[in-house]
Amino acid sequence: MAMQGSRVSTITASGIRAETLTCRRGDRVLFRGLSFELGAGEALHITGANGTGKTTLIRALAGLTKPYAGTVERNGDIGLLDERSALDPDWPLGRALAFWTSIDGDKASDAPAALGLEPLLDVPVHYLSTGQRKRAGLAVLLGRGAPIWLLDEPLSGLDASAIEQVTTLIAAHVRGGGIALIASHQGLAVEGLQTLAIENYTPAPEPAA
Amino acid sequence: MIAALLRRDLARFFPFAGSGAALPVVFFVAVAMLYPFAVGPDANLLARTGGGVVWIAALLAAILPLEKLVARDIELGVFDQLRLRGVTEEVMMAVRLAAHWLSFGPPLILATFPAAALLNLDGPSLHLLLLGLLAGTPGLAAIGLTIAALTASLRAGAALSGLLLIPLALPILIFGAGALTRQDQASLGFVAAISLALVAIAPFAAGAAIRAAREV
Repeated sequence: MAMQGSRVSTITASGIRAETLTCRRGDRVLFRGLSFELGAGEALHITGANGTGKTTLIRALAGLTKPYAGTVERNGDIGLLDERSALDPDWPLGRALAFWTSIDGDKASDAPAALGLEPLLDVPVHYLSTGQRKRAGLAVLLGRGAPIWLLDEPLSGLDASAIEQVTTLIAAHVRGGGIALIASHQGLAVEGLQTLAIENYTPAPEPAA
Repeated sequence: MIAALLRRDLARFFPFAGSGAALPVVFFVAVAMLYPFAVGPDANLLARTGGGVVWIAALLAAILPLEKLVARDIELGVFDQLRLRGVTEEVMMAVRLAAHWLSFGPPLILATFPAAALLNLDGPSLHLLLLGLLAGTPGLAAIGLTIAALTASLRAGAALSGLLLIPLALPILIFGAGALTRQDQASLGFVAAISLALVAIAPFAAGAAIRAAREV
């Protein structure tokens, strides 16, 4: 990607570290004692079945929710991509993307073109398909230029060629010194990808106390 | 960044921006138009009670935009994305409050002129009404925003927010409409004071509410 070069300087010192993280939803503990550390150029694939707490973990790592126990240390900006695109459904895609460009500091981004979104810029966001919306979310993520990517199910709703495109983007980001955490139940073909299975940290079902 | 936020919020909520944003103003004028039909064309009666009707119409019009004010951006994840960019919830809500008031206060004040004509209000009453709405609508906007943020994660939030706004808006209504019956500007000072306090609290209350909504 063309914008990779300008990012490297901010990326080199970035990192994210989770220590004995415990999260719960309601009264139920989803996982306990989860720890990992990622430095520049590393990628982690978080696997787990539906409902095991992948989204909860991503949101805790992003700092949007407080973990029940444990700490998260972030060194660098967070770019989050989840199932919500944060694009106004009534607006044409171009205008919706332009809002985030103006928030992120008016850096002209070539991401929409790179992701094949150019023919869609006049289309209202609510007319877009799931896959197209996902790609639009990726364009925002790329335009932001954050060193730490937290991706929640980035492949859902994408066709084969789009999956390849996303995989290439993640690989390029990591090669450029970025960090990527991908929560997905689908496999990912990214070189040097580490894996963390959430099921290993799920507490054994306790007898009702 | 705050300018970009305010531009987006205004584009979303300003009348004639589409998606029913003009509805509160239309509703407001419609009430003023219907009232003479309901009570008859007695000019004295209209002049005496018309000011109060305009205040009630303003209060009810303040309920209409609440449904879309906060809940939709939570669903879209806009607040989460802004948080990750270092914008605090308080700033988001302060900007939202400004946009909400700008898109419903001044249009309502402008619409008071045709409403006053329809209700046969005299000059001094119109004067008091305009001043009262200018002082009172920021307070109504602040109550509305706080309630919209508090009820955003509830399923029946929209219906509930209307019910919650009415009792909280009573002091503004009492002092604002009271100024008309007594023809005295002093009680408008109370309206302004209540509004000011509400505007000061609202960004913090609403900000805490959308933070709490994440933990659900």
